[in-house]
Amino acid sequence: MMIRSSAIIFAGSTFIGLMASTAAMAIDANDWTMRQRGLYLTRAGDCAACHTVDENKPMAGDYALSTPFGTIYTANITPDEETGIGAWTADDFYRAMNEGIRPNGERLYPAFPYTHYTIVTREDSNAIFAYLNSLEPVRQQVREPEFPWPLSMRFALRGWNLLNFENEEFEPDPEKSDAWNRGKYLVEGLGHCAMCHSPKNIIGAVKEGDDAFTGGYAEGWWAPSLTGSTRDGIGDWSDEQLFDFLKHGRNDRTAAFGPMAEVVEVSTSHMTDEDVQAIVEYIRSIPAQETDEAEPMEDDDPAMQLGRTIYEAQCSACHAPDGSGVPGQFAALAGSSLAQSSNPTSLVRIILEGARAAQTERYPTRHVMPAFDWKLDDEEVAAVATYVRNAFGNAASPVSEDFVEDTREDIRKER
Amino acid sequence: MARIMPRKDVVIVGLGWTGSIVAQELTEEGLDVVALERGVWRATSEDFAVTNAQDEVRYRYRHELFESLSRQTLTFRNNMNEIALPMRQLGSFLPGTNVGGSGVHWNGQTWRFLPSDFVARSHNEERYGALPEDMTIQDWGVTYDDLEPHFTKFEFLCGIAGKAGNIKGELQPGGNPFEGWRSTEYPTPPMKMVYGPTLFAKASEELGYHPFPGPSANMSQAYTNPLGVSMAPCTYCGFCEKFACGNYSKATAETTILPVLMEKDNFTLRTESMVLRVLTDKQKTRATGVEYITAEGELVEQPADIVILAAYITHNVHLMLVSGIGQPYNPRTGEGLVGKNYAYQTMSGVTLFYDDDTWFNPFVGAGALGMCVDDFNGDNFDHTGLGFIGGGYLAQWQTNGRPIESQPTPEGTPKWGAQYKKAVRENYQHSISIGAHGAQMSYRQNYLDLDPTYRDAYGRPLLRMTFDFTENDYNMSNFLTDRLVDIAKVMNPKSYKVSRREGPYSIVPYQTTHNTGGHIMGASPADSVTNRFNQSWDLPNLFLMGAGNFPQNPGYNPTGTVAALAYHSAQAIREQYLSNPGPLVQA
Repeated sequence: MMIRSSAIIFAGSTFIGLMASTAAMAIDANDWTMRQRGLYLTRAGDCAACHTVDENKPMAGDYALSTPFGTIYTANITPDEETGIGAWTADDFYRAMNEGIRPNGERLYPAFPYTHYTIVTREDSNAIFAYLNSLEPVRQQVREPEFPWPLSMRFALRGWNLLNFENEEFEPDPEKSDAWNRGKYLVEGLGHCAMCHSPKNIIGAVKEGDDAFTGGYAEGWWAPSLTGSTRDGIGDWSDEQLFDFLKHGRNDRTAAFGPMAEVVEVSTSHMTDEDVQAIVEYIRSIPAQETDEAEPMEDDDPAMQLGRTIYEAQCSACHAPDGSGVPGQFAALAGSSLAQSSNPTSLVRIILEGARAAQTERYPTRHVMPAFDWKLDDEEVAAVATYVRNAFGNAASPVSEDFVEDTREDIRKER
Repeated sequence: MARIMPRKDVVIVGLGWTGSIVAQELTEEGLDVVALERGVWRATSEDFAVTNAQDEVRYRYRHELFESLSRQTLTFRNNMNEIALPMRQLGSFLPGTNVGGSGVHWNGQTWRFLPSDFVARSHNEERYGALPEDMTIQDWGVTYDDLEPHFTKFEFLCGIAGKAGNIKGELQPGGNPFEGWRSTEYPTPPMKMVYGPTLFAKASEELGYHPFPGPSANMSQAYTNPLGVSMAPCTYCGFCEKFACGNYSKATAETTILPVLMEKDNFTLRTESMVLRVLTDKQKTRATGVEYITAEGELVEQPADIVILAAYITHNVHLMLVSGIGQPYNPRTGEGLVGKNYAYQTMSGVTLFYDDDTWFNPFVGAGALGMCVDDFNGDNFDHTGLGFIGGGYLAQWQTNGRPIESQPTPEGTPKWGAQYKKAVRENYQHSISIGAHGAQMSYRQNYLDLDPTYRDAYGRPLLRMTFDFTENDYNMSNFLTDRLVDIAKVMNPKSYKVSRREGPYSIVPYQTTHNTGGHIMGASPADSVTNRFNQSWDLPNLFLMGAGNFPQNPGYNPTGTVAALAYHSAQAIREQYLSNPGPLVQA
């Protein structure tokens, strides 16, 4: 209750404008108490996604985060003295955020996005720390990571950091607008968007440069490209569509689902319009990268024919015979960047296990795509996925039966 | 000894259409509301997803969405000289259970009653003189004008598809010229018409009648209601009544209110909580709460400042009787009011069979997809010398072509065997039905009370229904059926089969789930259980929702009026009762 009402008050504030104008991210503490800012920033950082398992024990951690290297359990960041961060100082907290190092000198695994949080300002870190300290302390011992040797040796992270981590300060680009700089600060820092939306190297570090935001594999899903590509990126989305997607979980072409539904519900839907606008401005500046040039497949291809039959019988009632969907309710598949992604994991996964759209104030109906794993076999799922990737003016590589089988297996393992 | 829960501002019994409406309205007012639902939670996404097979055996014939009679049922007899026996299977009417109630499996035909329907006694007496002595109809105490904004509110909640016939007194081409005035056009345009209804409309027009598209809670287009809840266009799959919609295309509590209501901090839903009785103070001046039993068999008491009964009408009446609230109706003396004026609906139809060149594609259907005429409803025509009052609408609804339920065969076809199969094959694509949806006037001898013999699983006497059609029903239904035959002839089929309403009433074959009365509303505590705001005359903090308030049953489907009454009542609680708790109408 407290959380909800303070968010409403916050949304009406003007401090973001003040802050953006200084670009150095200093926050006028006179406008808001530190804790309220901390709550806002905690949401901007989507901290609850990993640190809250049970709604009644916010930020008590112990969430099993699966990584390609093993399972890691998130920290208890409530102010419990023994099992949480109750004994930490603001300096300790900043060091963890900035360098990924605990007060006892142990290194944190980079599943905790200190590689991004390193640009978070000291003021913002202090505010988050103040907010976390205002929570109910929860005594909850967190399980040890299940990593194979040598990853189980935390000092091995020293080497990882040498290769992949740079302790940076946020440097605003004076050539760009205040909003763009604010957007960059949020996207590259607290938002840690690249953790999912960029590809990773072999030791799990986010790739940068031209590879940045070209899509990535995360938590069993394919987080699609955020680049300006028109086919598999969001180049043909309007600013308003991107804004609505982040702020309201939907726009007139699609809905947030899977892990992104949680991001919207926990994080972006609570952000001020100005901040969401700033994120939009920054993301829109990511240049197009044609990752997967493709020609549409021929209609008489056997997979396309089977896919079409399945589509008409199983999918067209909601997504419409021409793939146009129902704006605000059922996703349009025509022109869908997700359908045409270079990696079809999310497309196949949503067909197999279904998905639930984000629930926000503007869209209270939690529309659900039902699961088809029990209804369609691998060949049929592959065919219908191939079909939607190549029908309605779309173009992308076909999906193989083996790929569907593997995705099915991944989902089974997750359960 | 029951466990006692913390007091709530409001306790609502049953979370169907009316329970959801009042819960939404009263939580908006800031009240702390708990709803007790005997059934379980269910949602489109989990329980009715589009991948789910709309299995006729499971839903229609094995009653998956309907109330189970294993814990509670009712006994039935046609008249007071018979001994009532318990129903062990639902038949003539199919109430629902679980969250969403019967609204989950309705067709979606969403009407407003006529202005004259709300003043049935005074209007008919004025025009035709004295009514038969045993006809116990009465005025509602509420008028069409009182309810107009509430009809509108419900239609906008649901996104009803239709064409207005009368906007603020101005007749509108293409709509129903007989309807009461509307403040505005329907929120969405009519559904796309299929062939059958257009044939019916053309024929009725030739006869000088006034056809119009049926008002539909099946979505003619995508719609977002004033609460922000959205519904998707209907796919005309033909599985509405007796089924749940998986496409978010039929307005139900779940597709219009619950996504918002369930998120509220001041709303609590407890499922599998079967209310056994309403609790009152010793002097029976106020309701103090309700007693319910959980799935584990624990007795729980929920105290509340306001008690709202929003269960199905038979259960509302039953709760009143087993809780000893008000005086039970005695048909011999005419005294008492609880259980009085039970009424139903008087249905009849004509099935038309065409040759091989006329195709109807009956599987392209929706619960409220059709064309109607209202020329013979209510008092839209002169009843002088006809031997009855009331009427009904005539319609060709193309609701479904479900393979088990829809097997129309011409007169003289055997009921089974090769000839039967051949007839089904030949006629499935080439036949349609037109129907009369007739009113029913209340009579002294039709009523509800407690059964002297049979008890439910909780030890309470079962509700007993005593009911049969009356002379007024037969005369009215024959008249309406004759009008159907007139239209059928103009529609020029190869042959037609007439199904008249013949007596006695049988509770076995399905007719409609439009049971009414038993806790009727009116202008005075001398003739009604609830006042014009559906507030109990006896216990001013007890409100009763639903068609149990209808003093008699007009010739329309009830849901539109049921919902309008709920909004009307909720508004009175919000705007009058809360600031001054007590009787809203002085007796």
